[in-house]
Amino acid sequence: MIRVVLPAHLRTLARTASEVELEVEGPVTQRSVLDALEARYPMLRGTVRDHVTQQRRPFVRFFACGEDFSHESPDAPLPAAVASGAEPFLLLGAIAGGF
Amino acid sequence: MSSVRVLVGTKKGAFILTSDAKRDKWDVAGPHFGGWEMYHLKGSPADPNRLYASQSKGWFGQVIERSNDGGKNWEPVGNKFVYDGVAGTHQWYDGTPHPWAFTRVWHLEPSLTDPDTVYAGVEDAALFRSTDAGQTWQELSGLRNHTTGSSWQPGAGGLCLHTILLDPSDPRRIFIAISAAGAFRTDDGGQTWRPINRGLRSEYIPDPAAEVGHCVHHIAMHPSRPGVLFMQKHWDVMRSDDAGDSWHEVSGNLPTDFGFALDIHAHEPETIYVVPIKSDSEHYPPEGKLRVYRSRTGGNEWEALTDGLPQSDCYVNVLRDAMAVDSLDSCGIYFGTTGGQVYASSDAGDHWAPIVHDLPAVLSVEVQTLP
Repeated sequence: MIRVVLPAHLRTLARTASEVELEVEGPVTQRSVLDALEARYPMLRGTVRDHVTQQRRPFVRFFACGEDFSHESPDAPLPAAVASGAEPFLLLGAIAGGF
Repeated sequence: MSSVRVLVGTKKGAFILTSDAKRDKWDVAGPHFGGWEMYHLKGSPADPNRLYASQSKGWFGQVIERSNDGGKNWEPVGNKFVYDGVAGTHQWYDGTPHPWAFTRVWHLEPSLTDPDTVYAGVEDAALFRSTDAGQTWQELSGLRNHTTGSSWQPGAGGLCLHTILLDPSDPRRIFIAISAAGAFRTDDGGQTWRPINRGLRSEYIPDPAAEVGHCVHHIAMHPSRPGVLFMQKHWDVMRSDDAGDSWHEVSGNLPTDFGFALDIHAHEPETIYVVPIKSDSEHYPPEGKLRVYRSRTGGNEWEALTDGLPQSDCYVNVLRDAMAVDSLDSCGIYFGTTGGQVYASSDAGDHWAPIVHDLPAVLSVEVQTLP
């Protein structure tokens, strides 16, 4: 079971708690985790990564085990602790200015 | 007894204001979608409980929300806006080619007859339509693929399609406006389009009378007279009596003819309203006085409406989609400001009072008159 922590606005959009648990088939990668997340919560499609290019939206970041995985390949394996469910995969809205 | 529902989109959420026909006591519900930019909410004329809302945020992109119960409950629907075919380029601010890229939905226009059909005007400028209540969206690409499309340049707010007018007498005729390309019309349901900018003069572009390139801020039409259009351009208030084939200026005695919002009295098609703004670099009312101007002659002769509006130290703006009217016997006029006030007049503009005065910056105001 993979644990994924959502930022507040996506939690509200998906009408769910901050942490969701997902079954992921095969290798646990950014892509497989996000595929499972979007399959379970279709309203999140397009909010984390682009509908067509599947690229991460610029102000969304991916963290796990205290490290930033935002610039890693979407097909690179995530840490074993994420795959085992010991550690969550975190989706964060980058801290940015604005109003 | 009739009632009124005012749909308010703000920089940080949506609010729904309701009142009975007296319009002196208001219930304020919200924020819905707190923290998100709500560019526009609008109800279906065919089913007033069917509402659509454009919800966006720089971090998470575009979401479309739909309500089937007048805004009490909402559900996210389709948010996949993909340009038809090869997107190509338009001009960037510096004149270089820039790839067409979807940013957000500025305006949602539900069909006059079918609650499941709704149009979306988006940035970068394009028109989309859904016929399944917002689940899926298809571009009407004849507009963006017009021969002038590659020359369109964004205005200060982006290359946005912000106005959609559906002709109640001809379902195949649609008017749209784009900043800063101008106004366009289709007479075949959106397959082909032509610019309708003859008579506009914009001194800030290389050819002031160009076919396209005008910064049209808003267009309005009275449903009883769909061939007559009024326009608030970047500068100039304009009028067309031939469905946009030609325009003439009706700014008349306005203190400034810059502005964004414009609307028409529900029962008097020659009575129109604008909110003059000082200039394109000073987005606030002249002299710090918030004044709605009304013309009862279809333009040129304007009177200032001030009773109940701040007449000193007021430096808010009223954005292009932030004015609307109800259709009660005594027509109500409503507008929202970037200072978070929503003002209402239940007597066609003679007297005003704020419904609310401390919302986030108001981006849009729409009104539903309910039986």
